[in-house]
Amino acid sequence: MPAVKSLEELKKIREEALKKRDIKTPSAHVQIVVGMGTPGIAAGARDTLKEFLTMIEEKNLTDIVVRQTGNFGMDSVEPVVQVIIDDAKPVTYGKVTPFAARQIMEEHVIGGTIVQANVIPS
Amino acid sequence: MKFFRSHVLVSVDPQCLEMGAHQIVDTLNDELVSSGLIDEIQVLETSRLGDPTRFGPDLVVYPENVHYANLTVDDIPFLVEEHFLKGRVVEKFRAKETVVTDDELGAPKSKEVRIVLRNCGKIDPHNIEEYIAEDGYQALANALTSMTPEQVIDEMMRSGLRGRGGAGFPAAKKWQLCRQVPDFPKYLTCNADEGDPGAFMNRRVLESDPHSVVEGMIIAAYAIGASMGYVYCRAEYPIAVANLNIAIEQAREFGFLGNNIFGTDFSFDLEVRMGAGAFVCGEETALIASIEGKRGEPRPRPPFPAVKGVWGKPTNNNNVETYAVTPQILLKGADWYSSMGTEKSKGTKTFAIAGDVVNTGLIEVPFGLSLREVIFDVGGGIKDNKKFKAIQTGGPMGGCLVEEHLDLPLDYEALTAAGSMMGSGGLIIMDDETCMVDIARFFMEFTQEESCGKCTPCRVGTRRILDILEKICDGKGTLEDIDRLEILCHEVARNSLCGLGQGAPNPVISTLKHFREEYIAHVVDKKCPAKVCRSLIRFEITSPACTGCMVCARNCPVEAITGERRQLHIIDTKTCIRCGICAQVCNFNAVEVLS
Repeated sequence: MPAVKSLEELKKIREEALKKRDIKTPSAHVQIVVGMGTPGIAAGARDTLKEFLTMIEEKNLTDIVVRQTGNFGMDSVEPVVQVIIDDAKPVTYGKVTPFAARQIMEEHVIGGTIVQANVIPS
Repeated sequence: MKFFRSHVLVSVDPQCLEMGAHQIVDTLNDELVSSGLIDEIQVLETSRLGDPTRFGPDLVVYPENVHYANLTVDDIPFLVEEHFLKGRVVEKFRAKETVVTDDELGAPKSKEVRIVLRNCGKIDPHNIEEYIAEDGYQALANALTSMTPEQVIDEMMRSGLRGRGGAGFPAAKKWQLCRQVPDFPKYLTCNADEGDPGAFMNRRVLESDPHSVVEGMIIAAYAIGASMGYVYCRAEYPIAVANLNIAIEQAREFGFLGNNIFGTDFSFDLEVRMGAGAFVCGEETALIASIEGKRGEPRPRPPFPAVKGVWGKPTNNNNVETYAVTPQILLKGADWYSSMGTEKSKGTKTFAIAGDVVNTGLIEVPFGLSLREVIFDVGGGIKDNKKFKAIQTGGPMGGCLVEEHLDLPLDYEALTAAGSMMGSGGLIIMDDETCMVDIARFFMEFTQEESCGKCTPCRVGTRRILDILEKICDGKGTLEDIDRLEILCHEVARNSLCGLGQGAPNPVISTLKHFREEYIAHVVDKKCPAKVCRSLIRFEITSPACTGCMVCARNCPVEAITGERRQLHIIDTKTCIRCGICAQVCNFNAVEVLS
């Protein structure tokens, strides 16, 4: 760490520190959880996950956390994705292809309407 | 902006670097590239995450907030595959402990204004970046690059900040006096020798927000022209000392301590000096002697430390809280700070509330709040719905205040006028089951033990005062003893060398003033009205409450209780040592205390 020599340099460190802190306090109001167990990956969960990430970037969305988790225990309908918005009951989707991921993003996360076709009834 | 689903913060503090933190970062990046995750996961470098001696090279993954410790380069491929590709937390690499948070403090209560304590529990004290994120070191940068030392002193003067150590001398005035002395080098000391029983305001700041003290000290050093500073902290505060040392090291790393700070020609360094926990070392001349490695004893003033202090050179000494609040004042302006408080006491003050109140602990309130508000609003009132009897302010050398003082505003002048003092901010609240003679004896016992013995009035005087108080508590006192006590107290207060002896009789003087009838009850009626003093009370088992369950008899350590099962039990007062265990264990409240 080279010594800080000016107020500007300090402010830059502050900006970075603030960014790191934002990362540390995930107060996101949308959580997208992708099941990445062995069956999930085999069924193409990677591409699904990437599709979510691309869309977030494309549409410049904030306040979203994309997490991965292990096996949801529903191998026949992999890839499985769970969408949690605020305190609402989590919605679990099955067979989420990248196409379906796009649909879920547009209709559910942005639009607020659950994509019934892919919902796994709980 | 590029969106990353996950961030990895790798600690690159010097110790972790030595243990190979950079190799870990490189391997991590390589692995992420080869598994095609580099667009999803960002690796960032950060300062320390935990104690490097325990956690070795470590990293934290967000948003999951998983802390992996003691990693080696060979662990990385497995970690990447398991955690980042498959999303499974690798338990075997996880750190055993998470970062310390502040459970002691809790959320602010109503009427609290937290300025000194603002970062406590909010930031990680081991991580300078978190302090910087909270505008840390900005006041220092401003002061050094755009203000002259005189301007810093002027601004502090306008803020009205008074020394938080107890006496309430204007901080900026002290700085100015030290600045004006034409002798070099100059030293800066920080009094972190918090010794009042039950007070821990300074410990909290040092443990949870050490950088605020470090920054405040650098600013003060700039203002007075000091080149070296010492924080005098007691060895009983090991975490405070450890955190302070980490903070100092990090500040050096960032160039806030050392030569040519912020590219200016101002140089300053800091060191922690540990004291063995003698109460008298909170007195500034004793503190200075102890820093020099001498016996911690006070010396007569003048010369004041501003003229002859550490190593015989001009020294400025302030309390932890004074330094901790300094950066905030420079950052937000003197007008902001002086808008809080009363006419002569500006800003906020931390207090440690102890005793018979509902919410004991630390608080920070603006000056001017009444004692009533502090006890009943912030403190939540007296425990168990009992009645308020007295409040002791200012630690063991303060006085007791009573009901009639409850509407006094908390400020330096009002407390002094009422016969007590602000002190460093200890507040002990007592309910109506407290014996004031016993309280006076308790505090006297403390100061008598802590007297350094250098001057006769304090060494012998406190011992004699304690003797008389013990005699009264034992029921052997006479009316003459009370008069003698009063004379002795005034002599000790008038003739002692330092604040310890001068203040030691305060609890006795103030209880004699407000609760003389209790003293008289002890010596004339041989009764302790609050039923506390052992020699003056007796225990009795009452009928019909007593069911004869024999619990008291079984628990009595001296077998003073007799009685048949299902019959009223009797305590033999001659054998009874008045320990009160029978009253504690009785399930039927049958044991009564009589005086």
